[in-house]
Amino acid sequence: MNRSKRWWWQVIIVIGLLTVMGILINNLAVNLIRTGLGLSFDWLWRPAGFALSEHPLPYQSSDSTAWALLMGWLNSLRVIFAGIVLATLLGVSTGAARRSLNPLLRQIAALYVGFIRQIPLLLQLLFWYFVAFLGLPSEPFAPLGAVIHLSNQGISLLGVTLSVEFAAVLLGLSVFTGASIAEVVRGGLDSVPRGQWEAFRSLGMTEGLGLRRIVLPQALPAILPALSSQYLNLAKNSTLAIAVGYADLYAVSDTTITQTGRAIEGFLLLLLSFLLLNLLINGGMQLLNRAVLRSQHHH
Amino acid sequence: MKVRLLALPLVSFLFILNGCATLGEGGASRLDLIKRRTELRCGVSGKIPGFSFLQRDGSFAGLDVDICRAFAAAFTGSPDQVQYRSLTAPERFTALRTGEIDLLSRNTTFNLSRDAAGGNGVSFAPVVFHDGQGLLVKRSSGISNLNNLKGKTICVGSGTTTEQNLNDAFQAKGIDYKPIKYQDLNQVIAGYLQGRCSAMTSDRSQLAAARSGFNNPDQHVILPEVLSKEPLAPLAAGGDQRLADAMRWVIYALIAAEELGITQENIGNKLAEAQSRPQLTQLRRFLGVEADLGQKLGLNNDFIVKVIQAVGNYGEIYDRHLGPKSAVPIPRGLNNLYSNGGILTSPPFQ
Repeated sequence: MNRSKRWWWQVIIVIGLLTVMGILINNLAVNLIRTGLGLSFDWLWRPAGFALSEHPLPYQSSDSTAWALLMGWLNSLRVIFAGIVLATLLGVSTGAARRSLNPLLRQIAALYVGFIRQIPLLLQLLFWYFVAFLGLPSEPFAPLGAVIHLSNQGISLLGVTLSVEFAAVLLGLSVFTGASIAEVVRGGLDSVPRGQWEAFRSLGMTEGLGLRRIVLPQALPAILPALSSQYLNLAKNSTLAIAVGYADLYAVSDTTITQTGRAIEGFLLLLLSFLLLNLLINGGMQLLNRAVLRSQHHH
Repeated sequence: MKVRLLALPLVSFLFILNGCATLGEGGASRLDLIKRRTELRCGVSGKIPGFSFLQRDGSFAGLDVDICRAFAAAFTGSPDQVQYRSLTAPERFTALRTGEIDLLSRNTTFNLSRDAAGGNGVSFAPVVFHDGQGLLVKRSSGISNLNNLKGKTICVGSGTTTEQNLNDAFQAKGIDYKPIKYQDLNQVIAGYLQGRCSAMTSDRSQLAAARSGFNNPDQHVILPEVLSKEPLAPLAAGGDQRLADAMRWVIYALIAAEELGITQENIGNKLAEAQSRPQLTQLRRFLGVEADLGQKLGLNNDFIVKVIQAVGNYGEIYDRHLGPKSAVPIPRGLNNLYSNGGILTSPPFQ
């Protein structure tokens, strides 16, 4: 195909895409008029009229709906970022354990990954919440002295009190995503030539040191892209929190949508909030990716 | 050549997409659509014993379901021409608005925001069950009124007016509380039974229904305080007077039949009586033997006969699902006829 023909094709595709988008937007507008809805965001500034069980900033039911939604968003952020940290720790150590010299460690890691990845996340969340945490006695008990106090009313870890809802979502998301991250890490480690392992072992380096200094840095470029999709998955999966009573963004939106009847606006805001959140995560991971690639070029 | 091959499906696809945005033909009623397809699409909950609950054989049963059956009998002639959709609370209005269902018979509270054009803009039929929000606590907790719940955790379901009512009641008394919000009633029950909350809140009918499934129902008490009026009514999308009228008079027919002492059992005799005795004008009008009340609604004149044959009068429906011998006994209270100490009454069929 010659150059001018290729150019025409691009124009046609762009026009086609614009037409489809135009029709979809027109559909939305016409249907909104037909059902007498029309877009409006006034309700955001009216009093929310419902209480929240947890809120990182001061909140009461007479505050605006927008503020209630922000509390939900912060609750989501809290559990997502804590989840990312915990899932990464769990995933990296499990991934490394699967390539360990210790057969018991290898077996345990394989069992964890195999088992967790076969069960739907929602079921796991329900298990952690209704069976594991709500099954605790209602009077606090301290299995490890002052470090942790457990009860089905809340968990106190080194003086920080967490609700059982938060703990269940955090643990559920981390354990589930950790198993996938473990596979990503294992894949990354396998992409490093075997010679590198043999080399550090023959130099007398310990397994841990060799992994940290020699293998992992070389595996990172293979790990990072897949890792960021796991992080995005974790963020999106956090909306399942409503099943176990955690007041995340989705749960708060759900309440405001039924109280105001503004479903389309509510879902638009939800969409935008998650887009923003995921762009943040994605941006962070890209920076990291670039930094890693640059440092590799220096070597 | 390739271009032409692509162009046809592309253009037709665009036309189809565009077709999704046609403004509906003015004046057409959903009632005509229901009659044309001879099937009613009825939105129910499917999870509330006594109101709409899945039976062993896969069918639904309950007061809300019988209301669907009454509508189907009136609109299509047969109570079995119903397709049930079980919907969660947040889904229900969207399903109605998008036309996925014809009407909702799903323990929905009739209130201003939902009725008004500036709110959800739906049309409510008359109330079929007068309910009220209550609180269920464990007998052993010693909690006997709202004030005892100060600072306590309360399990509440999402997507209903319950959250707002709870908040209003506690705020009015200046009492702090902590709501744990779950997505549906089953999780609320699980959270409450597992001891996460000191109390669970929902409509008293739902509390009674839930309690009937507990291991030891007598260990749980419903507090005397009623947090709200919850008149539950069927509803259709707004701006459709013909469907709304038809629904309204089917419900009134159920109530009027109880007032007139017409039951599923004696409807045949009553009809024969009306046909043979011209002086019984009121009964003749009601059963469609004379005048054209049905036609005015866009229904057959004998629609009430079909309804009563299918489900009986209101009292019979109530007794079947919520009466003392049912699995979910709830005293009739407000839901009795006006003449029996309740508040149900029907305007005249004239």
